[in-house]
Amino acid sequence: MNLVFYVIQQFVNALSIGSLYALMAVGLAMVFSILRLINFAHGDLIMVAAYFAAFALLGKLPLVVTIVLMLAGTVLVGLLMERVAYRPIRGAPDVSALLTSFAVGQILQNGTLLVTRFLQKPNPLAFPVIGALSGVFTFGSITVSRVNVVSLLLGIILLVLLSLFVTRTNLGLSMRAAAEDLPAAQLMGIDINRVIATAFAIGSGLAAVAGLLFAVQAGQLTPYMGFTPVLKAFIAAVIGGFGSIGGAIVGGYALGGLEVLLTAIPGIGDILPPGLVAPSVQAWLKHWLPSSLSSYRDAFVFVILILVLLFRPNGILGRREREEMG
Amino acid sequence: MRLETREWRLKSAMGPIVAILGLVIVLGLLQAAGLAFWQGLVVNLGIFLILVLSLNLSNGFTGVFSLGHIGFMALGAYGSAILTLPLREKQEYLPNLPAWLAGAHFDFRLGSFPLGFLIATMIAAILVSLVALLVGLVLMRLSGHFVAVATLGFLVIVRVLLFNADNLTRGSRTFSNVTPYTNLWWVWGWAVLTIYMVWRIKQSSYGRAMFAQREDRWAAQSIGIDVLSPRLLAFVVSAFFTAVAGSLYAHFITSFSPTVFYFDLTFKVITMLVVGGMGSVSGSIVGTVLVVGLAEVLRRLEDPSQLYGMSGIILAVLFILIIIFRRDGLLGQREIALDRLFMKGGGSAVE
Repeated sequence: MNLVFYVIQQFVNALSIGSLYALMAVGLAMVFSILRLINFAHGDLIMVAAYFAAFALLGKLPLVVTIVLMLAGTVLVGLLMERVAYRPIRGAPDVSALLTSFAVGQILQNGTLLVTRFLQKPNPLAFPVIGALSGVFTFGSITVSRVNVVSLLLGIILLVLLSLFVTRTNLGLSMRAAAEDLPAAQLMGIDINRVIATAFAIGSGLAAVAGLLFAVQAGQLTPYMGFTPVLKAFIAAVIGGFGSIGGAIVGGYALGGLEVLLTAIPGIGDILPPGLVAPSVQAWLKHWLPSSLSSYRDAFVFVILILVLLFRPNGILGRREREEMG
Repeated sequence: MRLETREWRLKSAMGPIVAILGLVIVLGLLQAAGLAFWQGLVVNLGIFLILVLSLNLSNGFTGVFSLGHIGFMALGAYGSAILTLPLREKQEYLPNLPAWLAGAHFDFRLGSFPLGFLIATMIAAILVSLVALLVGLVLMRLSGHFVAVATLGFLVIVRVLLFNADNLTRGSRTFSNVTPYTNLWWVWGWAVLTIYMVWRIKQSSYGRAMFAQREDRWAAQSIGIDVLSPRLLAFVVSAFFTAVAGSLYAHFITSFSPTVFYFDLTFKVITMLVVGGMGSVSGSIVGTVLVVGLAEVLRRLEDPSQLYGMSGIILAVLFILIIIFRRDGLLGQREIALDRLFMKGGGSAVE
């Protein structure tokens, strides 16, 4: 029976990590689909959100006020970076845009470092405990951490709302039109700047939610904490099919599942109850899949990214339009 | 067609010879004066110059933007440092090396010349080139931002491997006790060689193929220029010199850990490349000198004012301004032509 609980727990883990990846990947995908810009500073928005939340909580503000401040602050930063850095280079070659986003990331990281110092807070900064998000839920013999359940539910709710926005509203329709063909959308009288600003605003808001949940899980913040999440979000977006919101969501959950598998499978020989598989198989598993292998997880994930880029550049859900390869 | 007479050759060699003599005099004076701070800065400058030139060869010449080069640097640094570590230190710090590596110690000298360091650097750089060949065969087929992200993936993979290969690299612990072989002469000797090689490649038919497929892939292909082979050549040669820079760095700083070789360093080198101009050898020199100098000045201002992070912000803003207002960098693809410097009526020295 233990094995069943173990599998269920891992499944919840996968869905909750997947939700976070999906929340982040969606922001990347929206911006990419319209501007063909891989916005690496998206990861730093997650970091900025976490810091906003930490400063508000350390200032003894109530949780609701904290969340509102965090959302408003992060969306403002997201809009600002679009206006100041990305608008002037619209239409520049892909790589110039990518490099600009690195520079924007550097500004946000170093800016956060400055502010932390100015407020005389330590670096790394311990994230204040949020009562509502700490502790575990217990269902019978299954225990799941509360933040995982919240991530899972919040992720699904927000992503459903986003899908409704994109399919049912005028602005959502304009956004899809702009993603399809930017000049044509402009000729049809769509206010491109408004659409792009909306994409950045929504992306930043979702990143802020992911940032808060990340911060709760990580327990401490550094100005550089956004780098790995944005890489993961990018992988999620690529696996799902870059440039489509649906693809980003599918990719996010696929990556969540993959990571949990890569963490759970090494060392499986030690967990399996005796008698479930033949002893020779168990010995084989212990020898070839030792638990130490799980520290190579990120390397495996990137190998998979490279394989997807090579063999299925349009991802799982990608459109059949071929990217310029070669 | 220019007529390549003996006299012409002599005159065109004058510029580089004078430049190298000037460099030797400056380094000699610096050595004699014994100013440790300035010597360190000039060594650093040389290492960055090699990194920027190699990155220019791959990213600038071919337009295939790699973000993974610092991974090659890390492999070069660890590879050569493991090779040069004297036997006693090796047993003490890396007790679990495989037998064939545990016995190798390239710490021998020829007279006072550290021949072992040269050989270890070469071995490490050649091995890294082979890695680059394998990686390149797979990744050079991609282009645009896809190759950028795939190569960034390579950087992450190298980092994970370095952190986990405890027996070879001591994992996350500092790799220390590397013999400080690197000095002004080693660094600038390699830097001059790198400048020469990259310059020659730019002038060669391979170099023209690199630029041709960068400007217009389809046009280049239609006149029979292969896309993959010039990209691969650039990638492998540039990995070689990047690994050399890693070895020089390792034997200069003498203790390091995998955290050094990551995105911050990558971004620094890219800034120098973009400021100078992708595709210009002289641009790389100008960009490296400017950014290393500016970073040093800012760092010195940062320390007393305690505004840590300010220098990073200023450099990043500068970078964005260059991309907005001068996308091709200060020099673009143009060169400051040393070989025209001493010719009468040679026209402008900027070509």
